[in-house]
Amino acid sequence: MAVTIHIPTPLRRFTGAHGEVRADGMTVGEALRDLVRQHPAIERHLYADDGSLRSFVNLFLNDEDVRHLQRGDTPLSSGDTLMIVPSIAGGAGAALEGKAEEVAAEELTPAEIRHYSRHLIMPEIGPDGQKRLKAAKVLMVGAGGLGSPLGLYLAAAGVGTLGIVDFDVVDESNLHRQVLYGAQDVGRPKLHAAIERLRGVNPHIRLVPHEMRLDSGNALDLCAGYDIVVDGTDNFPTRYLVNDACVLLGKPNVFGSIFRFEGQVSIFWGARGPCYRCLFPEPPPPGLVPSCAEGGVLGVLPGIIGSLQANEVIKLIAGVGDPLIGRLLLFDALKMKFRELKLRKDPGCPVCSEHPTQTGLIDYNQFCGIPQEQARVEDDFEMSVTDLKRWMDEGRDFKILDVRTPQEHQIAHLPGTRLIPLQELPGRLGELDPADTLVVHCHHGGRSAQAVELLRRKGFAKSINLAGGIHAWSEEIDPSVPRY
Amino acid sequence: MNRLVITPRHLHTIGRIASMTYPEECCGVLVGRPQGDSTIVERILTVQNERQESRHNRYLISPETVLAAQKEARALGLDIVGYFHSHPDHPARPSEFDREHAWPGYSYLIVSVQNKKVMEARSWRLSDDRERFDEEAIDQAAGAPIPGYLPMGVHREAV
Repeated sequence: MAVTIHIPTPLRRFTGAHGEVRADGMTVGEALRDLVRQHPAIERHLYADDGSLRSFVNLFLNDEDVRHLQRGDTPLSSGDTLMIVPSIAGGAGAALEGKAEEVAAEELTPAEIRHYSRHLIMPEIGPDGQKRLKAAKVLMVGAGGLGSPLGLYLAAAGVGTLGIVDFDVVDESNLHRQVLYGAQDVGRPKLHAAIERLRGVNPHIRLVPHEMRLDSGNALDLCAGYDIVVDGTDNFPTRYLVNDACVLLGKPNVFGSIFRFEGQVSIFWGARGPCYRCLFPEPPPPGLVPSCAEGGVLGVLPGIIGSLQANEVIKLIAGVGDPLIGRLLLFDALKMKFRELKLRKDPGCPVCSEHPTQTGLIDYNQFCGIPQEQARVEDDFEMSVTDLKRWMDEGRDFKILDVRTPQEHQIAHLPGTRLIPLQELPGRLGELDPADTLVVHCHHGGRSAQAVELLRRKGFAKSINLAGGIHAWSEEIDPSVPRY
Repeated sequence: MNRLVITPRHLHTIGRIASMTYPEECCGVLVGRPQGDSTIVERILTVQNERQESRHNRYLISPETVLAAQKEARALGLDIVGYFHSHPDHPARPSEFDREHAWPGYSYLIVSVQNKKVMEARSWRLSDDRERFDEEAIDQAAGAPIPGYLPMGVHREAV
């Protein structure tokens, strides 16, 4: 069949300036091939390297889009008119912008094609998206509650290089939420157990352990080697380090945090939206925000929040969907409600604004909520558990005050202690005698330090903090006291 | 080197659209005629971004819209000479995605917008081998400057 193909103006340079070309073929596909045979220079603008029609090239047969007919197999009649029309698409690009060559160089092995087949058959991911995942380098900071689902899903999804930073050891109290680990891993370095488990999840990816504590001296170097950083930390010093390093390096920081029954997720990407400091310019004062160790956390919560983070990482890499940039997602597990807050870039932000006042990293460790490092105190402010044991053995006259919650008291307590939870303490001072020597304890020593500060201000001069709390007591003095 | 000849008024209008559409991408059609090494823009057609999702970093003009725009251009004795779109919080440089979805022969005008503020406008043409985008000069000299309209690339504070 002889048909007429209308050539759009910009492509006429490749058809010898002809606006119309006569072509032969039984179908639309054949006619187009005939056009390419006559004018080979036009081929690369119509067809991709793999021989398929480029996604933005559309064909109209007598004003009808062939996608609504039989596409390339649509039969032709003599005298038909075929028009080539582009759909115009583009945009600012995704997280792996600038890695086009690396992505193009990736090939999927037959084993990988089998592993990722349910990704590959979705047009939004497809082979191109999967190659992007393979070329991607993601750094997970923390392999704990959030790191567990993150590691499992990012590894399973085929993120080609997965770096993990952690320096901790698996503790029994981790097991109710850190599903990367089992009871057999207690006492092992998390990094070893995590790498072993993730290797089993997906043998096709590269796992890079970084056994270190992130600090201002190593954060930039470490993050620079990755495309995306995922924040799965449980403390403010590291959270600010991750944020600042990502802003300085122009990398996206996929943020998640959890406390008790509530979680938060966002993407902080200084180059494309607000950063964590736009929201919270400075860390909170020590002790104001309790850690999971102090406040507790619902075991399944990090599973939900970490999975949401993994979802955002994969979207950023594949360049699909609407990422959580400039939006803070709040989740309440008790009410089973999601809420979303719009975040704006702070024009005065110390790190991500046009005129930043902070151009390096800050170590907040000294004063930011990690219990052991929290108190900078005079000598008689606190005592060790060994001292307490000696006092008991000597039969000294003193009282013990427990400022934890009733639930914690129920789990484990020292003999002859009195319970006044920290929150209730200001209203219940009348129950205490300022003449008494008062040893104050909590779980690890953080809350009791605040209690002692308060008590001393209120005239209870002989109150003393028990360093390390009931946890240290159990570890060093009496292992029959349960640790939690 | 190619030149894109466009009036300050048209550039200003594109900047306003980009600013109003922020934080999503805007897009539209440049209608005009080629003249030697120059492309003269005579009209701009604003069209809806037809993407349903990812509108902050993706735009789409469907083939039906392109056909309609072409019809309109032809009726004026002109042709589609290029397209414009915005890059919210991103430089006015074509992305890899832009390159994969472009044809040589068109001008691709990109406007960078940050916090609703137009930062710069640059125009690009895809090389014949599809390997890269080459920048083309934007010539605002044709057409008298219109009082009150800001030339693109000039910060509001600076004026």
